[in-house]
Amino acid sequence: MLDMRLYMLQRITALIMAPLTLGHIAVMIYAIQDGLTAAEILGRTQGSVLWFLFYGSFVVAVSLHAAIGLRVILHETFAVQGKALSVFTWSICLILLAMGGRAVWAVTAV
Amino acid sequence: MSSDKEELEVSIWRGDDAGGAFEDYKVPAQDSQTVLDVVSWVQQNTDPTLSYRYACRVGMCGSCAMMVNGVPRWTCRTHVKKVLDGKKVTVAPLRNLPVIKDLATDMDPFFDKWVKAGGVHHPSKTRDDPIEPINPKSIARSEADTGIECINCSVCYAACDTVTGNADYLGPAALQRAWTLYNDAKDADQQTILDAVSGNGGCHNCHSQGSCTLFCPNELNPMKAIAGLKRATATSLFKRKK
Repeated sequence: MLDMRLYMLQRITALIMAPLTLGHIAVMIYAIQDGLTAAEILGRTQGSVLWFLFYGSFVVAVSLHAAIGLRVILHETFAVQGKALSVFTWSICLILLAMGGRAVWAVTAV
Repeated sequence: MSSDKEELEVSIWRGDDAGGAFEDYKVPAQDSQTVLDVVSWVQQNTDPTLSYRYACRVGMCGSCAMMVNGVPRWTCRTHVKKVLDGKKVTVAPLRNLPVIKDLATDMDPFFDKWVKAGGVHHPSKTRDDPIEPINPKSIARSEADTGIECINCSVCYAACDTVTGNADYLGPAALQRAWTLYNDAKDADQQTILDAVSGNGGCHNCHSQGSCTLFCPNELNPMKAIAGLKRATATSLFKRKK
């Protein structure tokens, strides 16, 4: 059910998410020291390729990581298998990708 | 001997794969009485149709494992007084295996997975070659030594929640055997072993919950062996050899 490919994909995405999460928290703490409005935040993120790549790669990593994790839970706890399991895995991945991608686009697009 | 009047209240699971239920028995308490003694007493004195399996009675053969109060144990090496809940004890067939009858399980899936995990020797020499000297202190040999005391009792397999949730999962014993062979200098085909444990039911399904290591009566550490396989398979993915 969880073969080598999915296992490695889940571990590698975890490795990507960990520093990005720490970076996100560090920037949040630093940025709000003197108070910061939504407009000021958007002023810095909109049009920024760096922030697009930062949060874009996080969204891709989360979508893959969470879909694989939920796939394991669904199989082991609810005995879902075969095609239904694949459909579920891809659906979760695409839903997270769409929602996350929309959010990233909203704060980084000009 | 304890007082003849002292009796144990024993619930034994009776039935087959289609279904069954616990039945209650009264068994005279004795000193140094094992759970296997209790089951044998019921079979010899109360109901001769009770089916169960044992052979050596001294913790060497691995055939008498059963669920005692919900926990997998060698019944021959478990003093009943240590597991009594008041005067009660329940005995059931091993978890995660089909039941043949009463306390006897069908061990075929367990041993089939042993083979499926690459647990057969891949010879590196013929009988005409001289015997290869092995350094017992080498790292690989020390690693292999940690798993060779396994006697295939299936206690770890019965304890594993991942096996319960995922019928294809090879289980701790088979994977530990694979890890032992992988570290055996006399095994010629390490990549075959790594490929065998990298499939759908392979070592990567282990959640490292550690029930295998916790319940192993031989105090082996299958969880560590599985972690070793995960490392070795990940490394081989990049190197394509050990």
